[in-house]
Amino acid sequence: MDKRIKVIVAKLGLDGHDRGAKVIARALKDAGMEVVYTGLRQTPQQIVKTAIQEDADVIGVSILSGAHLELVPQIVEAMRNAGLNDVGLVVGGVIPPEDISKLKSMGVDEVFLPGTGLKEIIAKVSSVAGKKRGIKVEQ
Amino acid sequence: MPERKEVSRLNNELLKKALSGDELAISKVLTNIEYTTSDGLKYLQELTKLSGKAHTIGVTGIPGAGKSTLLSDLIETYVSKGFRVGVIMIDPSSPISMGSFMGNRIRMQDKTLLSNVFIRSTASRGHLGGFSSEALMLMEAMDGLGFDRILVETVGAGQTDTDVMSSVHSVVVLTIPGAGDEIQALKAGIMEIGDIYVVNKADRPEADMVYDAVRFAVESGEMSWRDGWKPLVLKVSALKKVGIGELVDALEIHSEFLKKKGLFETRVNSRRRKMIELILRRKVNEVVTRVLESNSAYISEMLVKGELATLIDSLYSSVKDEL
Repeated sequence: MDKRIKVIVAKLGLDGHDRGAKVIARALKDAGMEVVYTGLRQTPQQIVKTAIQEDADVIGVSILSGAHLELVPQIVEAMRNAGLNDVGLVVGGVIPPEDISKLKSMGVDEVFLPGTGLKEIIAKVSSVAGKKRGIKVEQ
Repeated sequence: MPERKEVSRLNNELLKKALSGDELAISKVLTNIEYTTSDGLKYLQELTKLSGKAHTIGVTGIPGAGKSTLLSDLIETYVSKGFRVGVIMIDPSSPISMGSFMGNRIRMQDKTLLSNVFIRSTASRGHLGGFSSEALMLMEAMDGLGFDRILVETVGAGQTDTDVMSSVHSVVVLTIPGAGDEIQALKAGIMEIGDIYVVNKADRPEADMVYDAVRFAVESGEMSWRDGWKPLVLKVSALKKVGIGELVDALEIHSEFLKKKGLFETRVNSRRRKMIELILRRKVNEVVTRVLESNSAYISEMLVKGELATLIDSLYSSVKDEL
C-alpha cells in the first residue's frame, strides 16, 4: 500500500477558536491524507510528542491568539531536540504579514493567512511532505 | 539458529533503539510495520519472537459511547500502577477519499506527556469489522517492544463488528443508556462478544435499566460465556472517572482467569492467525479493487446488455488470474 501523508492538526496555546483548524483538517482528509486532530490548547511539548508517536510527516498549527512569535519557536526547538528534522511545519491563523518572514527564518515551511484557499493549503502541505519526507504525491 | 537471530537484531540500529525505549525509533519501527515494508516485516518477525507477554484489551462500542474517554482513564490508572501502556486507536478511513480524520487523541492529550505511555492512531484503510491488519501488527509489535498493557480502541462498532473478539485477550463492550431496550442486549453480534460489559454514562438516570437488562441477559444464560468465563457487568462514568478502578480490577481478574486456564497463550495465537488472515484479505481486496477499476467500461457495457452472470464469471476469473 502506498504511504499516505500523515498530518497533525493542532491548536496551539490559549486560543479557543478551532473552526478554522477543523475546516483544514477535513479538507486534508478529503484530499486523502490521514489527519490526527489534537484539539484545543496544546502546548508545544504536547504537539511535538504527538508528532513523534504518530510519526507525522507534517505538523500543522493553528493560532489566532497573536502569540505565534512566542510559541512557534518553542515548537521548532522541541522538534530539533527530538530529532524531527525531516518533519514539515506549517502555521496558519491571524498572523501579520510582516511576521511571515520571521516565522520562515525560524524554520516554518509555510504560513497560511486568513483567506488562503483550501486547494492551495492542500497543495502546499503535500509539497512540504514531499520535500521533507520524500513522499510522492499525485495531485 | 538463535545465534543468527541475535546477529540480525544487533545489526539493526533502529530496532535496537526501539527496544531500548527510544520513542522516535519505536514510532519509525511501527510505521515500517504498518506499511509492511521489507524492513517492517523483518521487525515484525523479530518482535513476534519477543511478544506474547502483554495483556491486550480491546474497547468497542457504538460511536459516542465514550470509548476514548474510557481509554484515557484506563491509561491513567495503569500508569499509576507502574505499567508501561501502549495504545492503538483505529478511526475510519473515508471510503471516498481514503483519507481519515482521527480525533480520538483529543480525549487523552493530557496523557501524552506521561513517560510510560505510547499512543498511536491508525486509519482503518478499508478494513471492515472494526479491526484492521495494521492494528494487529502494531499490537504485536508493541507487545514485542515490552509494553505491559496494550489498549485498542476499535472503530465505532455496529452490531456485527466482532473481529475484536479474536484479536485481544479481553473485550470490553461499552454500552450507554438510551441505546435501545433489553432486546438489543439479547441480539447476536457485538452484544455477545464481551468479556466485560460496561454501562458508561452511569450518572444518567436510565443507566440502571440498561445495567439490569445486560445483567439479566448474562445471568439467564442468554449471553454466551466464552471459554467458561461468565461476563462481568459494570457501571462506569468515564467522564467523571467513577468505576475505573473496578474495571481495572475486573480486567486483572479476567487476565488471571485466562492464565490459569492456559488461554492467555491460546489467544495470542488466535490473534496472530487473525493478523495473517487480515493481511491476506487486504492483499486480495487490493486485487479486487484493481480488477473493478480496470474493467469499469466493460462492467457498464455488460450491465446495459443485462449479461450479469457472464460479467460476474469473467470478473472472477480476472481476479483469480491476478492472484
